[in-house]
Amino acid sequence: MTTLHFQNARLIDPEAGTDTSGSLTVKDGAILGRDGKAPKGAVVVDCGGKCLAPGIVDWGVKIGEPGERHRESFRSAGLAAAAGGVTTIIARPDTAPAIDTPETLEFVTRRAAEAPVRIRHMAALTKGRAGREMTEIGFLRDAGAIAFSDVFEVSTDAKAITRAMSYARSLGALVVGHPQDPGLSSGAAATSGKFASLRGIPAVSPIAERMGLERDLALVEMTGVRYHADQITTARALPALARARATGLDVTAGTSIHHLTLNEFDVGDYRTFFKLTPPLRSEQDRLAMVGAVAEGVIDVISSFHTPADEESKRLPFEEAAPGAVALETFLPAAMRLYHAGHLDLPALFRAMALNPANRLGLPQGRLAEGAPADLILFDPEAPFLMDRFKLRSKSKNTPFDGARMEGKVLATWVAGTQVYAAE
Amino acid sequence: MAFRARHLLGIEQLAPLEITTVLDLAERYVDLNRRTVKQSDVLAGMTQINLFFENSTRTQSSFELAGKRLGADVMNMSVANSSVKKGETLIDTALTLNAMHPDLLVVRHGSSGAVNLLAQKVDCAVLNAGDGRHEHPTQALLDALTIRRAKGRIQRLTIAICGDIAHSRVARSNLILLGKMENRLRLIAPPTLMPSGVEEFGCELFDDMREGLKGADVVMMLRLQKERMDGGFIPSEREYYHRYGLDAEKLSHASPEAIVMHPGPMNRGVEIDGELADDINRSVIQDQVEMGVAVRMACMDLLARNLRAERGRKIVGMMA
Repeated sequence: MTTLHFQNARLIDPEAGTDTSGSLTVKDGAILGRDGKAPKGAVVVDCGGKCLAPGIVDWGVKIGEPGERHRESFRSAGLAAAAGGVTTIIARPDTAPAIDTPETLEFVTRRAAEAPVRIRHMAALTKGRAGREMTEIGFLRDAGAIAFSDVFEVSTDAKAITRAMSYARSLGALVVGHPQDPGLSSGAAATSGKFASLRGIPAVSPIAERMGLERDLALVEMTGVRYHADQITTARALPALARARATGLDVTAGTSIHHLTLNEFDVGDYRTFFKLTPPLRSEQDRLAMVGAVAEGVIDVISSFHTPADEESKRLPFEEAAPGAVALETFLPAAMRLYHAGHLDLPALFRAMALNPANRLGLPQGRLAEGAPADLILFDPEAPFLMDRFKLRSKSKNTPFDGARMEGKVLATWVAGTQVYAAE
Repeated sequence: MAFRARHLLGIEQLAPLEITTVLDLAERYVDLNRRTVKQSDVLAGMTQINLFFENSTRTQSSFELAGKRLGADVMNMSVANSSVKKGETLIDTALTLNAMHPDLLVVRHGSSGAVNLLAQKVDCAVLNAGDGRHEHPTQALLDALTIRRAKGRIQRLTIAICGDIAHSRVARSNLILLGKMENRLRLIAPPTLMPSGVEEFGCELFDDMREGLKGADVVMMLRLQKERMDGGFIPSEREYYHRYGLDAEKLSHASPEAIVMHPGPMNRGVEIDGELADDINRSVIQDQVEMGVAVRMACMDLLARNLRAERGRKIVGMMA
């Protein structure tokens, strides 16, 4: 394998929290060291003063395999990821059928080899994600499941979830929950408030998120399982999270890049590309989430990439499918937070790469010696006009269509091999 | 011209001057409608399609009559029992109809925003005849005309809207229109039927009806939309009537000259006392129906003028 020497780079190191100019050497797919001289025979990459950072670890990506390959395949998702600076995808099990047996997990693991980036899989916590019987958590772990989640299906059967959590704890498995009270949020397509009332859209109170989180945290307290809340999007859920941490529960939380960069008013005239799960929140909630990421109360930012075909979006708002593609717009969207002065680049990459990798027990997300050479070179200032038809995803449902964005990935390496170069 | 809209999708898009333009023109159609010969030719040669995804008798016949009196060819399509059941999407239905070159498309749909979506796909003028819980603009315009004729003005009045506000598109359109015309608005409803965040629209909220009606010039009752409810919004119809049904005693708290309105169809004995509804000294419910035809004629007339002007510009553009 070749040796690479990145020179004249702006190194973004989330672990050290530094943003400094320097060089980085990579050998045999791993990081050899920083700020040394180029070894003999090394291929020198001149970064031109642009940012070199660990690749994004995107936790919660929906890929349409099995069942909906017309929406997204491992290959199309992998190409989109590489172009968006994502070097590790943590795929969701909300497929058709759900990834709830070692056999389906083995199938997707084999299919994932088509993608140019790393892909790890979550498996369902309960069979068919129905919230009644736990899956073969042990076998699934042996087959490579990195975490267990029923994604957006929230079980009302607390007994079944308690059993699944207790069993998962005995194996040290990580359970990912979707904090949302299913009764309160049923049928909702927006967050209750002035906007939803004006547009006449069925809405859910933001309290439903806190209720779901409080329930999950109570069950975590009871079972002692390792727990991650997939998306916290409302200010009123934050105190519960802080309280759980203070009492020593093994709990982390994430949020989505869309909930950090958009609010409920972006839906505007019933634009279905802005229909998400959970629905977009008020501007106060958005700012509270940005603050929570900056303070480290929220650990992880993910894209929650959810491909949806045109037909499922060309419907009245209430009937349209929720979700947005986001792999390729993840980095430019995150740069909005940087340019707005909310988060510096090391803090962003801590939430987008280091923290998710740490929580999932992966060696990625750092520039330390010996870490995998999953790297991205990007220009945080490069402006462009987003055109959804240029996306590499098979589905084009991005809320940023036509938006002015800043931040472009110039090149991507996975294990020291270049998988993407901008034209 | 004061009325510039291409479609009538909601009151939200109308300026106060456009609203008064509609009302002024509607006054002339009120006079026409009271004559023996009610025919006009302003829509002669034009095709109007009434596309109702939700069943409706009153609104559909009002639009049909309005179109016919203006000389349009009117076709009613009740989609509630047709191709939609065969799986055709809203957009395909719109494109199919568009290919038949209608000039005016009157649409009612059960989902909020559906009419806006449809309007993006067709070349003709679209009139929203009610979309989900969003807007019902011609209802608000006919209510405004009724109020203006009864009270002599449509500004600086204290107007109480009572009942099932959460599920009502009539309430939303009225709220916007009456707010734009600078009236004092009060919303009266049990908390379960009050949409969240409405206090930010600049109205006063009441859950006590007598208190809310105090000194009101106009009392607008709303129908309890049982078909939009999935249960448990009110304990029972009889308790609802006791606390929120309009009767002579509750009305006595309003101004002595207060008028009583209802968009129909009424649930007598649920939201309004039957006798009061028929009291010609207080109730203007029948006037509302009459104004409905006139207002719809005015709206279609104005949209047709804009449509002709737009097509004229296109032809001039092609020749140039």
